[in-house]
Amino acid sequence: MTAMSFARSGVRVVFTVALTFLGLLLVTFLIGRVVPIDPVLAAVGDRAPAEVYERVRLELGLDKPLWEQFWIYLTKVLTGDFGSSVLTSNKVIDDIFRVFPATLELATVATLIGVSVGIPAGVIAAVNQGKWQDQVVRVLGLVGYSIPVFWLGLMGLLLFYAKLGLVAGPGRQGVAFEDLIEPITGVVLLDSAIQGEWEVFRDAFSHVILPAAVLGYFSLAYISRMTRSFMIEQLRQEYIVTARVKGLSERRVVWRHALGNVLVPLLTVIALSYANLLEGSVLTETVFAWPGLGQYITNSLLSADMNAVLGGTIMVGVIFIGINMLTDVLYRLVDPRAK
Amino acid sequence: MIETFHFGRRAALLAGVAAIAFAYVVPASAQTPKDTVVMAKQIDDIISMDPGESFEFSGSEAVTNIYDRLIRFDLADVSKLYGSLAESWSVGADGKTYTIKLKPGIKFHSGNPVTSEDVVYSFTRAVTLNKSPGFILTQFGFNKDNVKDRIKAVDATTVTMTVEKPFAPTFFYYCLTSTVASILDSKLVKANEKDGDFGNAWLKTNSAGSGPYKLVSWKASESYTLQANDAWFRGKPANKRVVVRHVSEPASQRLLLEKGDVDFARNLTKDQLEAIRKNDAVQVMQGRKGSILYLGLNQKNANLKKPEVREALKWLTDYDALEANIVRGTYVQHQAFLPVGFLGALSDRPYKYDVAKAKALLAKAGLADGFSVTMDTRNNSPIIDIAQALQAQWGKAGVKLEIIPGDGRQTLTKYRARNHDIYIGAWGPDYQDPHTNAETFAINENNAEDAKSKTLAWRNAWDIPEMTKKTSALVLEKDAKKREAGYLEIQKEHQKTSPFVIMFQQVEVVAHRKGVEGFILGPSFDNNFYYNIAKK
Amino acid sequence: MSAASVTTQGWRAWLLAPEPKSRAQAKLGQAYLGWLAFRRNPLAMVGLGIILALLAVAALAPWIAPASPIAQDLSLRLLEPDATHWFGTDELGRDIFSRIVWGARITLTIVALVVVIVAPVGLVVGTAAGYFGGWFDAVLMRVTDVFLAFPRLILALAFVAALGPGIENAVIAIALTAWPPYARIARAETLTIRNADFIAAARMTGAGPMRILVGHVMPLCLSSLIVRVTLDMAGIIIIAAGLGFLGLGAQPPSPEWGAMIASGRRFLLDQWWVATIPGLAICTVSLGFNLLGDGLRDVLDPKQQ
Repeated sequence: MTAMSFARSGVRVVFTVALTFLGLLLVTFLIGRVVPIDPVLAAVGDRAPAEVYERVRLELGLDKPLWEQFWIYLTKVLTGDFGSSVLTSNKVIDDIFRVFPATLELATVATLIGVSVGIPAGVIAAVNQGKWQDQVVRVLGLVGYSIPVFWLGLMGLLLFYAKLGLVAGPGRQGVAFEDLIEPITGVVLLDSAIQGEWEVFRDAFSHVILPAAVLGYFSLAYISRMTRSFMIEQLRQEYIVTARVKGLSERRVVWRHALGNVLVPLLTVIALSYANLLEGSVLTETVFAWPGLGQYITNSLLSADMNAVLGGTIMVGVIFIGINMLTDVLYRLVDPRAK
Repeated sequence: MIETFHFGRRAALLAGVAAIAFAYVVPASAQTPKDTVVMAKQIDDIISMDPGESFEFSGSEAVTNIYDRLIRFDLADVSKLYGSLAESWSVGADGKTYTIKLKPGIKFHSGNPVTSEDVVYSFTRAVTLNKSPGFILTQFGFNKDNVKDRIKAVDATTVTMTVEKPFAPTFFYYCLTSTVASILDSKLVKANEKDGDFGNAWLKTNSAGSGPYKLVSWKASESYTLQANDAWFRGKPANKRVVVRHVSEPASQRLLLEKGDVDFARNLTKDQLEAIRKNDAVQVMQGRKGSILYLGLNQKNANLKKPEVREALKWLTDYDALEANIVRGTYVQHQAFLPVGFLGALSDRPYKYDVAKAKALLAKAGLADGFSVTMDTRNNSPIIDIAQALQAQWGKAGVKLEIIPGDGRQTLTKYRARNHDIYIGAWGPDYQDPHTNAETFAINENNAEDAKSKTLAWRNAWDIPEMTKKTSALVLEKDAKKREAGYLEIQKEHQKTSPFVIMFQQVEVVAHRKGVEGFILGPSFDNNFYYNIAKK
Repeated sequence: MSAASVTTQGWRAWLLAPEPKSRAQAKLGQAYLGWLAFRRNPLAMVGLGIILALLAVAALAPWIAPASPIAQDLSLRLLEPDATHWFGTDELGRDIFSRIVWGARITLTIVALVVVIVAPVGLVVGTAAGYFGGWFDAVLMRVTDVFLAFPRLILALAFVAALGPGIENAVIAIALTAWPPYARIARAETLTIRNADFIAAARMTGAGPMRILVGHVMPLCLSSLIVRVTLDMAGIIIIAAGLGFLGLGAQPPSPEWGAMIASGRRFLLDQWWVATIPGLAICTVSLGFNLLGDGLRDVLDPKQQ
């Protein structure tokens, strides 16, 4: 690839991404305006007298035509101003920096669980293709695709929190542990570990483990399935036969050679499932009262708090498009055959 | 071929780490700290912690624990007023000039003394900002242009206030007991003003009061934290810190309470209340609140406009069954717009479930076969349950009720635009004087779309020039007895003719751990106090 | 040998004839081979069984259900499962078993309607984009990007909020969020066959783009779409239940399973059955669709193995 064509494709990528974002914003904006919820209500409440209501309506610029409202919003976003949330009366940027680490924490732990169980399960299924191990992994995966996440969460709470008392209940931290540590990254597990506050860490961990396990099950289902199909393909390859003929142990052949070769496509799969979780699992966050991005966007949407919804959407878009591009680049870097 | 790492070993390692981590999660000690009171409550309605702006139920409760007011009423007997920051108060012979004297020596959290300057500033601020609760003061004729002349400091401890008309004095006094009349530390607020906002932006998440608590933090829809003010003029609070955390699910609240993760659960519903009665570690306190649960029948709907239909629906509602099976413990039956505890409250309950009577009325209206109608219903308990029960009850007389569920703000938007057929919801009084509910339920100055005053009567397009006149006149009635009689009369007529099916009055339920005592449950949300709560 | 089995034998031979005499025979033969392969997969057969049972329950709901799904008896609230109320009663004293049975109809309706809307739309958009390419393709793919870059449930929630609650609107909302992947698949398939010889041949004979798309391209995309549809049905059921759970799907008192979980979660601690049973119903049915789809994929789409 010459420098010239590289630059040209770079420009094209930027252009496409910008276009996608513009579309995303436009769609979000229109949805927000079509939703029959009065945004002023979130600002003044139901009992405000008419004149107060009218004043706030004008302040929010809701008397202007739609395209003008969109234009004003767009020009502000381009200068880095995402506006304030009507609902929380904070800057949307601050809100997102507050809620996103919660989602990040949940999604990361969930993905770790999904990967650490899903990949071995997929490998075992592939090695034993057609045997009972394969069927077990397959059914386990399909069940993962079939359970409503909110229901699994409820059942988990019922069993592990209410009945067995093994984990902490809804919420991200025990009330007694809130505000005890300095927010450095916003991820409580990291912050508490950095500051050596192990009690806080323990509390946070016992809060995150159940929702993460629930979400992790879904990423496990996906990862084990993909691992299985990648591995089956690899195990058919010539070099595996060669390796076996050379007398390498079966374990070495499977776990080192075959698995090593599917790591790159697996990385894409993992990244995609991670991106999905990062987009905010609305229902899990609802069931576990987890103050994350999904809940933030939903709450804002149901208050027609458009600045917040748009800000959240941009965040989600950045994650989605960012991770897609990142895996693309990774793929190219690691595997020169991919074009 | 690409050589990679030992995945097998690494997976084993990861699994080991996970196992250790699981073992590590022994249940964290289910005890809240001794000097900290922890509550689980629905607080996502809070818009601001600025007393000049806060007007929703949860916000009022927080603000009332942070700021003091001039006068308050006795929680046991609402008709008795007592001085809080004020030592004395009186009205001149003209019925328009009030003189208020402050108690000496009271200090704000900052250490600044409470002076007449602060009172003038606080009122000027509330009137000029004129946010949602501002009308409680501006209805007495104050506005940002005349407030300077009408509210004045005479000396360091004396303030005079001049109202527009000779209103009933209790009406004015009760309005002074509402949160919008809180007294703020003017020096501190002025230091945090920005672009002439009277410190509004700063006060959303900070406090400048003299009350039992300081605001440490408020995170919208998450939590607020209060720190005790040991120097409070009425004595040091019995606890050091109060943390109120938003837990939207009543079921979760109950779980947290029973596990000991919180000391108070504030939004339990009927079935949870029954269930926790078995738990010896938990106790329940109950107190009547002013909220009224009602149906609003839009008079733009041709069927609902017929007087017989309105009355029929009142006979078609099985109040007893609804109370016994759905709301017991959290609501009691009530059928008039003034809640028990208010001057002039009417406790008559003329309606009960009577299908035959309702059918006869419907037949008289020419709807012997019933009719179809929709009801906008917010999708939370108990509203959605009541709606479904009504659906079955009304069906007995052929009234087909279609429920349109929605999020709270969604149904409210529709209601406020008068696009509903029937709305089911609650209405809470704005202040402790009967005029608040009388105004919204029985005054409709102008039934046009662009009306200035959009009361509940307006929202249901109920055009009542006569009743409006009668109700409005009562705010000027100085004789409390005559005023009471006037409200009783209006309510009786209202019960017969209005498009409101008033069903219940709210009972607030506070469930708490045994040994965490002293919560003060007042007759309104801005009279719930934390300062007495102590842990044994 | 009886006459009947001779006929069966005859059919079998006809279907498996190595040299079919007509196109129809060839196609049916292929389908029969597929069925034979499918039948050897026990999991897929379980899935098929579940789906057939669901269809039967939905069709026979009035005869199976002992009570009306909306008949309330407030004096019978929250009863434990017993001989009269197999699955207990809910918070308004309604028989949960009857509600589950009637709810099967709602679930099936939602799934069927979504598929009927989504598959053709995805097929048309995807094949057109793939076939014509150029700016047309670019625009359509950007549009799918926009939709894919949005959390599906939130998007559906927004549409439902805009359209108002109700099954029909839930269907429209889900369909609006579900079509982009179909378009992507159809486009990918189209790209692989766009330059195939038989397409070129068809073009030479003067067939217009419409005819080529409808007559040649779309049929070839069908099998991967069918697999995707079956696998997606579980997803549709779960999204619909999610909407019901958030209180914006079905209208009360309709016995939609997700809404039943939502109202039952309040009683989870003391009356576990109210929320648990509808959840199990959703799991069973979506597992059925997944098992079926998985089996179909093995048969119809061997390269996916």
